[in-house]
Amino acid sequence: MSDERTTSGASGAGEPDILAELEAEVAETMAEERPEPGGPGYQVVGALVALAVGLAGAALAHGYGLGSLRRPGPGLWPFVVSVLVVVLSLVLLAIGRGLTDSERFTRSSLLPIAGIATFVGLGAAMPVIGFEIPSVLLCVVWLRFLGGESWRSTIVVSLVTVAAFYALFLYGLRIPLPHLF
Amino acid sequence: MDFNAFLEGFSIVAQPETLLYCLIGCLIGMLIGVLPGLGPAATIAILLPITYSIDPVSAIIMLAGIYYGSQYGGTITSVLLRLPGEASSVVTVFDGFALARQGKAGTALGIAAIGSFIGATVSILGLTLLAPLIAGFALDFGPPEYAALALLGVLLVATIGNGHMLKALIAAAIGLLLATVGRDSFSGAERFTFGSLQLDGGIDFVVVAMGLFGVGEILYNLEERHGKTHVPATVTNIWPSRSDLRQATPAIGRGSLIGFVLGVLPGGGAVMSSLAAYATEKRIAKDPSRFGRGAIEGVASPETANNAAATSSFIPLLTIGIPANASMAMLFGALLILGITPGPQLVDERPDLFWGVINSMYIGNLILLMLSIPMVGIFVRILRVRPAILAPITALITILGVYTINNSVFDIFVMIVFGVIGYFMKKAGFEPGPMVLAFVLGSIVEASTRRSLIIFDGDPTGFFTRPISGTILAAFVVVALWPVVKALLARRASATTSPSTESEHEESLR
Repeated sequence: MSDERTTSGASGAGEPDILAELEAEVAETMAEERPEPGGPGYQVVGALVALAVGLAGAALAHGYGLGSLRRPGPGLWPFVVSVLVVVLSLVLLAIGRGLTDSERFTRSSLLPIAGIATFVGLGAAMPVIGFEIPSVLLCVVWLRFLGGESWRSTIVVSLVTVAAFYALFLYGLRIPLPHLF
Repeated sequence: MDFNAFLEGFSIVAQPETLLYCLIGCLIGMLIGVLPGLGPAATIAILLPITYSIDPVSAIIMLAGIYYGSQYGGTITSVLLRLPGEASSVVTVFDGFALARQGKAGTALGIAAIGSFIGATVSILGLTLLAPLIAGFALDFGPPEYAALALLGVLLVATIGNGHMLKALIAAAIGLLLATVGRDSFSGAERFTFGSLQLDGGIDFVVVAMGLFGVGEILYNLEERHGKTHVPATVTNIWPSRSDLRQATPAIGRGSLIGFVLGVLPGGGAVMSSLAAYATEKRIAKDPSRFGRGAIEGVASPETANNAAATSSFIPLLTIGIPANASMAMLFGALLILGITPGPQLVDERPDLFWGVINSMYIGNLILLMLSIPMVGIFVRILRVRPAILAPITALITILGVYTINNSVFDIFVMIVFGVIGYFMKKAGFEPGPMVLAFVLGSIVEASTRRSLIIFDGDPTGFFTRPISGTILAAFVVVALWPVVKALLARRASATTSPSTESEHEESLR
């Protein structure tokens, strides 16, 4: 097994170059589809959120009781993990400002917000009026307004989709979704 | 190896219902491989609720089919559109698209399909022979070994996977933290529940996975990332000529081996093995300049390797219960839902499942070979389907699916919250994969660590003095320190070479 690794891994003479070259090329190909990076602000906010999670976790875990190594309390493990989060976030805060792996929010970032709203709407409406009408509405919003489909294909796809789900869940899998009809 | 159990596995797969689910899994896998947007881990996450309503063995067989099927499908977009559906198909683009431009798209697809089939089959044979042996060895593992192994698994996935290592580690650590929400199984104390009864039993793995992977990816795709459709080149003459086959055969052989070996390593899997296989071919070729301009080996070897790796990445899951990548973490979760803890006892306690899943891959790969050679035209036509039409369908599957788990609206909202978290993580450059993987392993790591401390009477050096756990932890330290060492070596090397490589290096550090 180790033989295989070394022939394909790092020890060959000219190989690391080819592999490193390939990796760079792959990263480039994958990056073509990505929008602009967000810049240092995005990195700092990301690291600060992680830091906050770590600090809150550590404070709460400390309250649950750390115990001792001989008798670990309920808080010991979460405390250790939280401290790890804090340390790693601090390192990221220190060295990560120049990273380019974030993505800038643009006007099209409004689309996911609309998407979330339809998710919440469906979740709230389903227990009250069944899944059929909210599902059709979700499809219409996604197809017509988020996806830019024509009205004709919006209506056809929405109705066919919801009818298919109705048949699949209620008859095929016999799962009792709340339904109106 | 228990030969009867092995044969019994085939009789399970041969049942019409199981065969049907195997076919459905392979079809879905091909589809999502061809269509941009959802990856295999997200698709498996979205379909996890189905494990509650159909036969367990069929469910796992179907979900497994989605994973290895997607490797076949990814080839098609790489060759025809220069759009790798999966990271593991990126290197295929270089020579595959060049061949397509020369009018040899069919040859490239045909060779890739044959290579994929051979690589996967070699890998399944290896899996069949090796898995029971490894499981037998791992039966001696105690809590310290499990704690060390699970930690090493999380670290490897964070190190080798996509994205920045530090961010992956932070995501993984937060995943470990999330796993502690709920009632502590040792003391009965409530942790991070904030008095909520619904959080008392912990956060449901399926809900977290569907949110972070499923909803997160759906929202991320909404940003018109794949808005335009592409018109693919026409595909003719899918059967490769005899000389093409002769030229590709050695590459397929090497690709199978490289893929099998690298696939076993957690985090390595398909991406690394396709790179390594391509690099190997280029290195030993008589005329390396052919690569990138339509060398048939440049398609054959990475496609063979990524399929072999996808198959062999089942080994750690089925034998020691450590998922090697995000998709395997989904299968791990699916097994947990079914009340089965993946691990070395699986082969003895649930031989039907163990052999059923392994043997279904022989059949599944045959199905996929059929789908990708005689029926490839259908999938090429599917490329014309607009992503906007599929988005609401996946959204509905996700919402309705998560509701059916516990008939709970609360679950829908928890999933949405994790979806939003997943979306923001992606925007900020954090991969959700390590978080989900660490979440699924979290309770094992914690429980094993605490049990070990009790065994060692509170002395943590006990982890290092036991031979197996000591070795695993030594590997852990090596993997953890490797990037630092590599950065230092690179800095030293770049100081001696030309200034242009140095600036490139700094670019990559940024």
